Amino acid sequence: MRFVGRRLGFFVLTLWAALTLNFFIPRFMPGSPVTALRVRTHNQLSPEKLQELLTAYGFKPNQNVFVQYIDYLGNMVTGHWGISIGASLGTPVRTLIGQALPWTIGLVGAATIIGFVLGSLLGVVAGWKRGGKIDSVLPPVFVVTSALPYFWVGLLLILVFSVWTNGFLPSDFNYDPDLVPEFSGPFVANVVKHAILPAATIVITSIGAWVLTMRNNMITTIAEDYVRMGRAKGLSNGRIMIHYAARNAMLPNLSGFAMSLGFVISGSILVEYVFNYPGLGYLLYNSVQNTDYPLMQALFMLFTVAVLVALLICDFAIAWLDPRSRAKA
Amino acid sequence: MTALLLDSGTAGAKPSAPTRRRGGGLLRAVLSSKKAMVGLVLFLIFAIFAIAPGWFTSVDDPNKLAFPPSLPPSADHWLGTTALGQDIWAQLVYGTRQSLVIALVAGWFATVLSVIVGVSAAYLGGAADDVLSSITNIFLVLPTFPLIIVLATYAGKGTLSVVLIVLIVTGWSYGANQMRAQALSLRNRDFLESARVRGERRSYIIVVEVLPTMISLIVANFLGAAVYSVLTAAGLQFLGLGDPNSISWGTMLYWSQNQQALQTGSPLWSIAPGLCVALLGASFALINYAFDEISNPALRPVRRRRAKRLHA
Repeated sequence: MRFVGRRLGFFVLTLWAALTLNFFIPRFMPGSPVTALRVRTHNQLSPEKLQELLTAYGFKPNQNVFVQYIDYLGNMVTGHWGISIGASLGTPVRTLIGQALPWTIGLVGAATIIGFVLGSLLGVVAGWKRGGKIDSVLPPVFVVTSALPYFWVGLLLILVFSVWTNGFLPSDFNYDPDLVPEFSGPFVANVVKHAILPAATIVITSIGAWVLTMRNNMITTIAEDYVRMGRAKGLSNGRIMIHYAARNAMLPNLSGFAMSLGFVISGSILVEYVFNYPGLGYLLYNSVQNTDYPLMQALFMLFTVAVLVALLICDFAIAWLDPRSRAKA
Repeated sequence: MTALLLDSGTAGAKPSAPTRRRGGGLLRAVLSSKKAMVGLVLFLIFAIFAIAPGWFTSVDDPNKLAFPPSLPPSADHWLGTTALGQDIWAQLVYGTRQSLVIALVAGWFATVLSVIVGVSAAYLGGAADDVLSSITNIFLVLPTFPLIIVLATYAGKGTLSVVLIVLIVTGWSYGANQMRAQALSLRNRDFLESARVRGERRSYIIVVEVLPTMISLIVANFLGAAVYSVLTAAGLQFLGLGDPNSISWGTMLYWSQNQQALQTGSPLWSIAPGLCVALLGASFALINYAFDEISNPALRPVRRRRAKRLHA
C-alpha cells in the first residue's frame, strides 16, 4: 500500500511540476504572449470571448499571480483547457485533441509496444547465445539504428516505398481523403496501410535500445546463482531462459520502458509531422506554427500524463513480476 | 556498472596514481576496440570538416543562391544543387561545424550539470538529496521534446544559444540519476573513509577522490548527452524552430522538406544531411557502447570457443 501511495505521490508531484512550468514559462519569456493573443484575435472575437480566452489561458490582469496560478491549475485538472487561437480559431481545445488522440494512441501505442516486445525478445535470444552468430551481428547494428534520427528514417522509407515505387505505400495522412470513416473492412485496411510506414519508422528507431539493454541484462542475469541452480536441477534450456533469466532481466527494461516513453513521444512528433499523420504530435506542430498557446499547453500536459501513466503501469507490472519489490515497500 | 573496474585500481593507493594508470589502460582499451575505432574515425573526419571546411569545397558562401537550381550530381557539384540553387556538398561541409559545436557544448554542460546535481545529492544526503533527486526524477519523465518545442517557441525562433540552452536544461537529468546512484555506491568505500579520517574537506574529497573514480561513467554520459543533443537539435531545426538562415544539417533538412525535395526529384538534398546527422550520432553511440564494454568486462564480446564451453 505504501508502494502505491509513493508512486501516486510522484505522479501528482510531476504533473504539478509540468503544469507549473506551463504556467510560468510564458511569464518569464521575453515578449508578452497575451499581447500577441490580442493582436492575433483582433476584431475576430467579441470582447467576452476574448476575456474567456484569456481566463482559460490563466491571464486575469486584475488578480495577482497566485490567484491566477491556482485558477489555472484548477482549470487544467478539470478539463477546462480553453479554446484554440490557431488555425481553427474558437474551437475548444478539447475537441481538437479528441479528434487527434485516437490516431496517436493507435499508431504510436502499437508501434511502441511492437518495438518493445520484438526488441526484448531479440535481446533475450542474443544475450542467451552469448557470442553466437546473432550476438555478434546484432549489437553493432542496433547501436547504429538507435542513433538514427526518427524523421530521417521516415524520409528514407517514404523515398523507397512511396516515391521510387510510385506510391506502393501511402506517405501521408491517416486514410485516403475520399473515404468516409466507417467500421468496415476496406476502411480499416486503408487505415492500416497508411500506418505501415510511420509505424515502421518508430519500430526501427526504437528497437535498438530495447535489444541492447535486454541483451546486457540477460548477460548479467545468466551469471546469477539461481540460473546455475536451474541448470543443476536439469531444467530445459527454454525454461531456464524464459522463466529464470528473462523474467529477471526484464525488470530493469520495464522501468526503462516507461522512462524512455518520453523519447518515443518526442520521436513520434517528428514522425507524425513527416507523414502528415493527424495525431497529437502533428497538432503540436501546428499549434507551434500558429502560436496557439492554449493548445500547446494542453498538449504538453497530455504528453506528461501519458508518460506518467505508463510509468505507473510499469511500476505495477514490476511489483507483479518481482516479489522483492513488493516486500521492500 | 563500473564497480568491477574501480575496485581493482583505487583501494588503498595514493589518489592520483591509480587514476593515471587506469587512464592509460582506458586509452589502450579504446584503441583496441573495433567499434570505438570506427566511431573515432568518423568523429575525426567530421572534426576536420568543421575546423577547415574550405579545404573540401571551393564555395565560400554555401547559402548564396549562386548556381542553377536542382542540378543532378556532377563533377562540379558532387551532390547536385538545391531547388534554390545552392551547392549541397558545400552546405553539408559548412554545416558540420554547427552540429559538432551543439554536440560538444550541449553535451559538456549537460554532463557538468548532471555531475554537480548527482554527486551533491549523493553526498549531502538527507533533505537535500530528497529535493535534488525529486527534481531529477521530474525532469527525467517530463517529455523533453514537447518541452523544448514549447520553450523554443516562447523564446522566439532559435538562435544557436537558445537551442543550446534548451538542450542543456532538458538533457542533464538522465546522467544525474546515474551519477547519484554511482556516487551512493562509492560513499562507504574504504578509501573515502580514510580521506574522511584524515580530515579532508568535503569539496576536496569530491573533486580529488570521487570524481576520478567516476570518470568512465562521466565520459559515457557525455557521449550519450552529445548524441541526444545532435538528434534533438536536428529535429528542432527540421521543424523550423531553428534559425532558417543558419548553415547546419538541420536547416538543410528544413529547407528540403519545405521545398518537397523527395517528391520533386532531388532526394539527395534530404538524404545527405540526414545521413550526416545519423553518422555523427552513430559515431558517438559506437564510442559509448565500446566504452560500456570496457568499463563492464561482463559485456565484452567473448570468443566463440569459450562461449560454447560456457553453455555446453
